[in-house]
Amino acid sequence: MSTTLRTPLSNSLTAGKLPKRSSLAVLVASWLVTAAVFVVLQLSGASKDFNVAGTLFFGTVLYCVAIYLLSYFVEGVRKAKDRLVTALVTAAFVVALLPLVSLVVTTLTNGLPALLTPTFFSESQRNIVGEGGGALHAIIGTLLITGVATLISVPIGLLTAIYLTEYGRGRLARAITFFVDVMTGIPSIVAGLFAFALFALLFDDPGIRFGFGGSIALAVLMIPVVVRSSEEMLKLVPNELREAAYALGVPKWLTIIKVVLPTSVAGIITGIMISISRVIGETAPLLIIAGFTASVNYDLFSERMMTLPVFVYNQYSSQGTDAQAYVDRAWAGALTLILIVMLLNGLARVIAKIFSPKLGR
Amino acid sequence: MTTAVDRDALRAGQRPGDRIFSTATVVAGSLILAVLAAVAIFLLVQSIPAFLTVPEDFDGGSANFWDYVWPLAFGTLWSSLLALLMAIPVAIGIALFISHYAPRRLAQGLGYIVDLLAAVPSVVFGLWGIGVLAPMLQPFYVTLVQWFGWFPLFEGPVSGTGRTIFTVAIVLAVMVLPIITAIAREIFLQTPMLHEEAALALGATRWEMITMAVLPFGRPGIISAAMLGLGRALGETMAVAMVLSPSPQIIFQLLTSQNPTTIAANIALNFPEAHGVGVNILLGTGLILFTITLAVNMLARYIINRRKAFSGAN
Repeated sequence: MSTTLRTPLSNSLTAGKLPKRSSLAVLVASWLVTAAVFVVLQLSGASKDFNVAGTLFFGTVLYCVAIYLLSYFVEGVRKAKDRLVTALVTAAFVVALLPLVSLVVTTLTNGLPALLTPTFFSESQRNIVGEGGGALHAIIGTLLITGVATLISVPIGLLTAIYLTEYGRGRLARAITFFVDVMTGIPSIVAGLFAFALFALLFDDPGIRFGFGGSIALAVLMIPVVVRSSEEMLKLVPNELREAAYALGVPKWLTIIKVVLPTSVAGIITGIMISISRVIGETAPLLIIAGFTASVNYDLFSERMMTLPVFVYNQYSSQGTDAQAYVDRAWAGALTLILIVMLLNGLARVIAKIFSPKLGR
Repeated sequence: MTTAVDRDALRAGQRPGDRIFSTATVVAGSLILAVLAAVAIFLLVQSIPAFLTVPEDFDGGSANFWDYVWPLAFGTLWSSLLALLMAIPVAIGIALFISHYAPRRLAQGLGYIVDLLAAVPSVVFGLWGIGVLAPMLQPFYVTLVQWFGWFPLFEGPVSGTGRTIFTVAIVLAVMVLPIITAIAREIFLQTPMLHEEAALALGATRWEMITMAVLPFGRPGIISAAMLGLGRALGETMAVAMVLSPSPQIIFQLLTSQNPTTIAANIALNFPEAHGVGVNILLGTGLILFTITLAVNMLARYIINRRKAFSGAN
């Protein structure tokens, strides 16, 4: 009788709890243990140098096992499972960061030296064998082709977004919404093939290469992104504003131009910049329709035109006698691309923050 | 006293500005449909000669077009499938981390960091894959073949460069990760708060709450997110073209120097030097790729649209 009173009832609802910082302590402890194992391996000569990646990886695995067992015996199986999943989910996030960090670091370290050579932004690759020269022709090409693609896709995209939010009813609107979504999934190379097939037929030239075709291909990829982002922004404009304008007798089209668009202009510009940053890194379509060259070409309508992504690919894939110079230039081109994309993204965020519509809250 | 008002007199007259503007928007909208149709039509027209080819037209000794495209289609599907197998669990983990585990104040910033992955141009991923990832993984592959060579997928002889389909699948997985994560995150955040609170109030742990409330609610969303990721992986060109050392045949082994290549990569590698009917053949393979991705995307969008709540999740 007395014995049953003394032993506390143990069931899953009244189980004990681990101290507050225990998971952190277990994590550090398991890293230390694996570090110790790897130090021993290093000292014994089994591996040449201290394996940092291995320490972190096996340390984390050990942590998962340890925290599960510890929690299982103290807190019960349900809590243990919860802690295990927390560990796994956090690990998944860290795992996703690894490639990003590695990519940024390698691009910076490999690309910076060639990027900082004085000729990189002022010379093309014309008559260059081995070291030297720059990416001026590629930068010019990228700006021209992407600029024209933007000029084509912004009016079409914006008007479509206006149609979908202000006018669109019924079957056509539904079809457009659906196919715009489907169009966001068109592979970029297919857009390039489309531009090629179109102009090869139009001009009856089976080997056609020119910059404007690249603009068309990029526009095909860009329009759906512009439509989607502008549509979201136009939907945010409160209906009261439209109704106030109608009540004052303003025609619908003037309401849209004078009231709806100015209210949402910040978001629309943000969307456009993000869509530019999406297509500016496209390689495959430009490789197909704009081709590659070593010289500066300002004319979109004749001859091949180099662009930055194709420059990166070309420098890497056809290395000359002094291979290192080509690889360095490829990384420098990649760094330039990433910088442009980051700049556009950052600018978009700043614009969104400054001009974001002041809704009634 | 009231006079019967002529209804027609009350109706506002159609202003020319209104008519022009609304017509312009309709034209722009229809233009998008026309472009999509044009993509299909021009590719089809230009690839007709490819379907009528004779064996002499092919470099690799294929008997006809379908014989040529089949290994490429296999490589495309195989690499995308591997990429998805790796990406989906990680993406769900990240989405859960951002939506339910991370501190509220950090969550948005963390989401932005993952979105940054989507902003990196694919050619940079290719450069990274061949310059960093492949050499890093090669010793790991050697060990894998040594220990697990008895398993059919890991059969030797191991590749000396690390430029295998497995490396490609890892690069592809990294590239589709932000897409799947973004959609899964949106959907997890839309789980009705009452469901979650009810589960927690019944004494569920956080993981039990997720299995009871969040995952069942988000299942269709996860499926369509995965399919959108698949669409991206199928069409990815440069990363595959740069990383893989290709040989157009059907091989399931992941770590050898013989790897099936993908349609998109094959086009990118061969198009600059192609001429005559070779161009048409490549356009024909592009048409096949277009058809596959179109089908996958339409199915994904159909599933998303069935639950209108997800439509905000781009």
